[in-house]
Amino acid sequence: MSELSDLYQEVILDHNRRPRNFHAIADASHRAEGYNPLCGDRLTVYLKVDGDVITNVGFEGSGCAISKASASMMTDAVKGRSVAEAEALFDRFHRMVTMPPEAAVEDLGKLTSLAGVREFPVRIKCASLAWHTLKAALAHEQRTSTE
Amino acid sequence: MTPGVAGSERVAAPAARFDVERIRADFPILTRTVRGKPLVYLDNAATTQKPRAVLDALAGYYTSINANVHRGVHELSERATRAFDEARERVARFFNAAHAHEIVFTRNATESINLVAHSFARPRLKPGDEVLITAMEHHSNIVPWQLACEATGASLRVAPIDDRGELMVDELERLLTPRTRILAVAHMSNALGTVNPVADLVRIAHAQGVPVLLDGSQAAYHLPVDVQALDCDFYAATGHKLYGPTGVGVLYGRTEHLEAMPPFLGGGDMISAVTFEKSTWNVLPYKFEAGTPNIAGAVGLHAALDYLEGVGRAAVQEHERQLLEYGTELLSTMPGVRIIGTARWKSSILSFVMDGVHPHDIGTVVDLEGVAIRTGHHCAQPVMERFGVPATARASLAMYNTREELDALGRALERVREVFGA
Repeated sequence: MSELSDLYQEVILDHNRRPRNFHAIADASHRAEGYNPLCGDRLTVYLKVDGDVITNVGFEGSGCAISKASASMMTDAVKGRSVAEAEALFDRFHRMVTMPPEAAVEDLGKLTSLAGVREFPVRIKCASLAWHTLKAALAHEQRTSTE
Repeated sequence: MTPGVAGSERVAAPAARFDVERIRADFPILTRTVRGKPLVYLDNAATTQKPRAVLDALAGYYTSINANVHRGVHELSERATRAFDEARERVARFFNAAHAHEIVFTRNATESINLVAHSFARPRLKPGDEVLITAMEHHSNIVPWQLACEATGASLRVAPIDDRGELMVDELERLLTPRTRILAVAHMSNALGTVNPVADLVRIAHAQGVPVLLDGSQAAYHLPVDVQALDCDFYAATGHKLYGPTGVGVLYGRTEHLEAMPPFLGGGDMISAVTFEKSTWNVLPYKFEAGTPNIAGAVGLHAALDYLEGVGRAAVQEHERQLLEYGTELLSTMPGVRIIGTARWKSSILSFVMDGVHPHDIGTVVDLEGVAIRTGHHCAQPVMERFGVPATARASLAMYNTREELDALGRALERVREVFGA
């Protein structure tokens, strides 16, 4: 039972129920589609980058609670940040979800709630799909896949 | 046949009393716990668990007779060869093939289908020719044909299914044209549980002169299969779903086809003579079994088929029918749950979706309750598209499952609802 609430923390369930920035951006400067063939999750990340700053970010798509909540929290986390900061955050997030379960977790604010996926290897891709898609969008790659 | 019941072409003779607890005692893995809960294994369509008889046969083979087959004149090699030959004869009896040489051992059903696509279909396919499959096929009965079509300029045609997940036989009949070179159909769908009227399909196809391959991966462990009664040209099956080991599959092929087909893989054992100028092929079935085969796997499969028939095919079928009925009732009375695949003739598969909850989350939550189900597209992405869902959750049954286990699934799904407020 505790494992269940470790994975599906209240903040994750909340972002799943009420995803933030869950919309397309008409004047996006960057966009990419992400696909997780294992569970069929698909999402599109839209970015508006002015100079070096991500001024607007949104996403659309369907997926499991983990992938949707992760995408929602990611949009909150990178909005207003510089591209370099967003890329650095990708690295820190990626490290957090792929570390061995017993390793200490760096505090990444709300994003830390997703550290529970380390106990569920097949769910790590769900948590990282949005972030890989963000990275692909910044690199101007149209599509990315967790495979 | 009554709606919602397992269908078959040949109903086995009624067998002795079916005691599920006695059967469970034969499967060592069923006593283990998962995440602190008793294991409830409902992912049988992916692979079944193995009875002790199979484990003992594998251990017995390696402990007392391991040697290579068709090689040495020494005692062990002869015994290993005999065990391997007997396994083939056992498989032939299980599927009621006319001859043991019509049974080719492969790695799995996928390899069996690839063998036919490569050695039977490709040489016959020309640009403009057609290969006909159905919309409910597993990727393993789609991709080999796509490869064959790409290599030859032939095209792949797909017979549709209706909203219940039943094959639209009239449409299939319309898609059989003078250009159709082969029809490849699942005997039973892994994603929907639909049991196809395969004897009828064979008759319809043969009337147009079209040979038929049946993919029996799902059907073979639920329904009796008689390849002569079905009159099919090829039948593909896999050992690990027949309560046998992984890594051993079966291809049944009619003698006249197998004789006419070129080899699939080249190597040792499949030749009768080799010179650098030319090799001549070995006789059936060895022509299609290059290299050292999975001898232990075949021996394990032999034990699995003995076990399955010992329990009684009719008894297993009836038990699974009752479980499917019980599970169907259980899921259809849960608010927000929708069963995908409601064919009138189906067996042992409960594919479903839950309003507001992604199947992957269902899978994880029920796993934490000790219940193993499959979630995803079940290697049948076109089926998911047909029903407009990205994925489903799938509980699939085998002879050792119980109503109590389905109740455990029901309770786990209540947990899902609590967590997600669905």
